[in-house]
Amino acid sequence: MRKTEVKGRLWILTDLDGELFNDIDTDMIFHNQYLHITDVEEMGQYTLDNLSGWEDFAEKAREGDVIMAGKNFGAGSSRQQAVDCFRALGIVAIVAESFGAIYKRNAINSGLPIVAFPGLTEHADAFETGVEVAVDFETGQLTLKGGETFEAEPFSQVQMDIYQAGDLFAYGKEMGEQQ
Amino acid sequence: MGGKTIIQKILEAHSPGDVPVEPGNIIWLELDVRTARDFAGANVVQNYRTHYGDAPVADSDKTFFTFDLVVPPSNIPYAKNQQTCRIWAREQGVKVYDVNAGIGSHVAIEDGLAYPGSTFVGTDSHLNILGAVSAFGQGMGDQDIAFTFKAGKTWFEVPPTMKVVIRGEIAPPCTARDLTLAIMGQLGSSGALGRAVEFYGPAIEALDLAGRITLASQVTEVGGIIGFVPPSEKVLAFARERTGRDDIEDLHADPDAEYVETVEVDITNLEPLIACPPSPANVVPVREVAGRHVDSVFFGSCTNGRFEDFSAVADIVAGKQVAPGLMATAVPATRAVYEQMLRSGVLETLFDAGFIISNPGCGGCASGHLGMTGQEQVQISTSNRNFPGKQGPGDTYLASPVTAAWSALRGEIAVPEVQQ
Repeated sequence: MRKTEVKGRLWILTDLDGELFNDIDTDMIFHNQYLHITDVEEMGQYTLDNLSGWEDFAEKAREGDVIMAGKNFGAGSSRQQAVDCFRALGIVAIVAESFGAIYKRNAINSGLPIVAFPGLTEHADAFETGVEVAVDFETGQLTLKGGETFEAEPFSQVQMDIYQAGDLFAYGKEMGEQQ
Repeated sequence: MGGKTIIQKILEAHSPGDVPVEPGNIIWLELDVRTARDFAGANVVQNYRTHYGDAPVADSDKTFFTFDLVVPPSNIPYAKNQQTCRIWAREQGVKVYDVNAGIGSHVAIEDGLAYPGSTFVGTDSHLNILGAVSAFGQGMGDQDIAFTFKAGKTWFEVPPTMKVVIRGEIAPPCTARDLTLAIMGQLGSSGALGRAVEFYGPAIEALDLAGRITLASQVTEVGGIIGFVPPSEKVLAFARERTGRDDIEDLHADPDAEYVETVEVDITNLEPLIACPPSPANVVPVREVAGRHVDSVFFGSCTNGRFEDFSAVADIVAGKQVAPGLMATAVPATRAVYEQMLRSGVLETLFDAGFIISNPGCGGCASGHLGMTGQEQVQISTSNRNFPGKQGPGDTYLASPVTAAWSALRGEIAVPEVQQ
């Protein structure tokens, strides 16, 4: 079983006005000039390098970090690289107010934990970059190091099943075996 | 149990399990066609080889590659990725719509691969364009697509449906693109997030296929899963002709279908609209930004790359020249569109007006190909995205081919006039 709670150092993606960044599209996450890349390990270095104020994110991020963003994270194209680049960096969870529909599928299918937190914008002041946060995928609970807790959405059933299997391919094999 | 929306009907007909096709439920969805293109195609092949080795795809007659982005390849990485796909396709007996075919979603409509009630997936986030012919089209990532190549199906969460009802009709110089921009301005970038959309109203019924494609293509930019334009008699006749199947039925929602929200968009006083940086939903009347200097104008893309679009442009620029120093580029959506332009004289008209005319494909949305901007460059594009940095450091405005054509002649953002 993969663990269903992770703890990590938080990055709050804010825009140039200091507000939670909304509508971060896949060209900001992983620009189209790198789309010829097929090796996941090569993708990490380009993560967020077209997001204003976050161009050097790949250098600053560490394995085990957690990312937080606003509404519609991962809007735009269907590129898997926009998910895989975070896997390459070792990011353990992305929490956002909401996710782009294709992005959500891609993250679920590759086993990258994403947690939707409706209403996050109202609580944004409670979170700051650099603090430790625990994210429970089963309950959707976020816990700050000081003990303060917040209720985000738990994983859906299919999301948990694929996460536990590892990825869509492993899940598909399990499903095939059941039939 | 209430009636069904369009997406519920399509998914139900493609769902082998006994899970009710109700919003929020996860179903297994059978896919009539599964595709990959030159963006992500090589990643699909790599995923497939890693997980399935040399095993055959579920059905090679339902599996395709459609190269449309970097066509022909302008750099070695894409030349290699495309060749990776070709070699694998040959081994698997899979057809490749190669670099001369044009935009995959448009080829799918022209070739009858997508038709009312069918299901279609690929590595193009604008595959929901297929809602223009009431097919379920969906862009997916490379793992998803590799899985569908092998399984012929995938899991899918049934989305809720919202209804968008248009009041009023489109009058020149406005076009389907201005209607689309009006809807986007009202819904915003996440107004349809995670939802299917159905469009209604006399203005919708009056849209030709090109206009339906324009509207359906931008559902991605309001966060939607897909937007359906209920088929007209013409669209049904077209689909029957292209597929060679006379059993393609009309497809409509039940009168008592359940919608999560109904939004009315009033276009009674519609005027030409334009999406300003930094987002496709940042829509204002053209007059508010008129007069701003323009360096380049891009005509084409899956949103406005049909013959009807270029024909409208030709009517405006015939006998005239684009502004001195302005770069005007036209990219037909498909080889069929290109041929129509060639044989009708539209191509010659654009050439004489000073246009650069390229081979068919996506053009402006592909890295390293047409429609990139340098610093401080201002571009008007009939494409569908203007996110910061996507096409370079310049500013990209999104507008109709008509507005773009008038702007190309003037060398500044221009409010289009009604042609006499």
